[in-house]
Amino acid sequence: MNKTTNQKAWWFVFPVVVLVAFNALIPLMTVVNYSVQETFGDNVFFWEGVKWFEQVLNSDRFHASFLRQLAFTGMILVIEVPLGIGVALSMPRKGPWVSVCLVLMALPLLIPWNVVGAMWNIFALPDTGLLGRGINALGIDYNFTQQPVSAWLTTVLMDVWHWTSLVVLLAYAGLCSIPDAYYQAAKIDGAGAWSVFWRIQLPKMKRVLTIAILLRFMDSFMIYTEPFVLTGGGPGNTTTFLSIDLVKIALGQFDLGPAAAMSLIYFLVVLLVCWVFYTLMMRHEEK
Amino acid sequence: MKTHKWLVPTLYIVFLMLPIYWLLNMSFKTTNEILGTFSLWPLDFTLDNYRKIFTDPTWYNGYLNSIAYVVMNTVISVSVALPAAYAFSRYRFLGDKHLFFWLLTNRMAPPAVFALPFFQLYSAIGLFDTHIAVALAHCLFNIPLAVWILEGFMSAVPKELDETAYLDGYSFWRFFRKIFIPTIAAGIGVAAFFCFMYSWVELLLAKTLTSVAAKPIAATMTRTASTAGYELGLLAAAGTLTLVPGAFVIYFVRNYIAKGFALGRV
Repeated sequence: MNKTTNQKAWWFVFPVVVLVAFNALIPLMTVVNYSVQETFGDNVFFWEGVKWFEQVLNSDRFHASFLRQLAFTGMILVIEVPLGIGVALSMPRKGPWVSVCLVLMALPLLIPWNVVGAMWNIFALPDTGLLGRGINALGIDYNFTQQPVSAWLTTVLMDVWHWTSLVVLLAYAGLCSIPDAYYQAAKIDGAGAWSVFWRIQLPKMKRVLTIAILLRFMDSFMIYTEPFVLTGGGPGNTTTFLSIDLVKIALGQFDLGPAAAMSLIYFLVVLLVCWVFYTLMMRHEEK
Repeated sequence: MKTHKWLVPTLYIVFLMLPIYWLLNMSFKTTNEILGTFSLWPLDFTLDNYRKIFTDPTWYNGYLNSIAYVVMNTVISVSVALPAAYAFSRYRFLGDKHLFFWLLTNRMAPPAVFALPFFQLYSAIGLFDTHIAVALAHCLFNIPLAVWILEGFMSAVPKELDETAYLDGYSFWRFFRKIFIPTIAAGIGVAAFFCFMYSWVELLLAKTLTSVAAKPIAATMTRTASTAGYELGLLAAAGTLTLVPGAFVIYFVRNYIAKGFALGRV
């Protein structure tokens, strides 16, 4: 759309800028402030420069939780994106079942995150939960509160359960926007299901899939409540992801300097990845 | 292959429903039955867990608190996002693209980063433990989202609509209220749905900003799990009840969800 230049449009944006700036800039500046100072309480602060940043970047603890975070985000993306596409492809396009599918699939997205954690806790408990009882009945020793591997599997499965529907909904919306003429043309050319997928459906879903991957990256990188309620970051530190570690340092140990420095590094990583994605997406859209 | 196509969504939905079924199952059991026996359905069916929630003020106030700040947040977010999204979709102005990306960056900020500063900020201005504090704090990620969704819907409306209305002698505000808002009603519905959803499911900030008077239901549940022993049945009943508003909202917007995802670039 060709837009007209009009500087008065700022008045329309003004309330949004004020509200978001109030919530974003003041807390962000507080974090920046803490990240360069040392305090021994009583609101007395000393200038520390980049000491906290160096300390965080060199700490094994940060490296470990960062790697765990990368592994977790990588795993859920590898599972959720293909699974979501697969489910969306086999969903009906018309008829009464569409609404039923959409409503049931969207349900996990609207459950408060700590309820998701609590629900999976109840579901996976080795003695009273259906999942825990079921796996143990198969002869596999499973106890997510004690075994790191089980804890990881449960956390990943929980995230797949919780968020795959988002990918399904987006991919489905992308599929619905493909005109019937494309399929008819493919049929005339004698294209099989596989080449219809690669040549028509996947390229048409490209944009919504970029959004899905971006959203899943952002949200899984910030994940806190669900694993915190499910495993509490344990056993040991095996499911302590970045946000859980950060809250432990900031509110548990009250080490404000290192926590603030870690916050900023954390935020910058998310921002950088999203900026790259956003730029690629916009460039694609302009074409 | 074609005949078995329904199998994939069916299996997927069964997988989605299993933990929810288990939660329901637990919520109708007594604590003794949960700890003593293992059964696929409640043997000693009871509504005690639900009765406790509906009679104990600390429980039902949690629901009322959550609904209060979620509704406030949805109203604030959508109403300030409407003019802003109109500006982004219709006009070019100084710094518009940077502003748009800056708004989006706030959707990307991990809430854990902001928890402590938020507590200090809202304590300093005397809003700690009020509904409006949580509603305002959730604006951080809901306003950018609402702007993003509404801008997508508004850009799909041709500009000729605006121009024709002005030629017909409509003033800007009259056009905006009488013609433009009804045209993008579906978009407003979708935006409101997502604001409701993200405000309803978020807990970290809501918990940090409240203590007693505005405590959300989700926080009440966390406390029960940690202090009053492990009352699984009660916890399950409370969890089941948190599904209700979500299910209700989805049912009403079911036809818009897919459309909103596609157009609204969520």
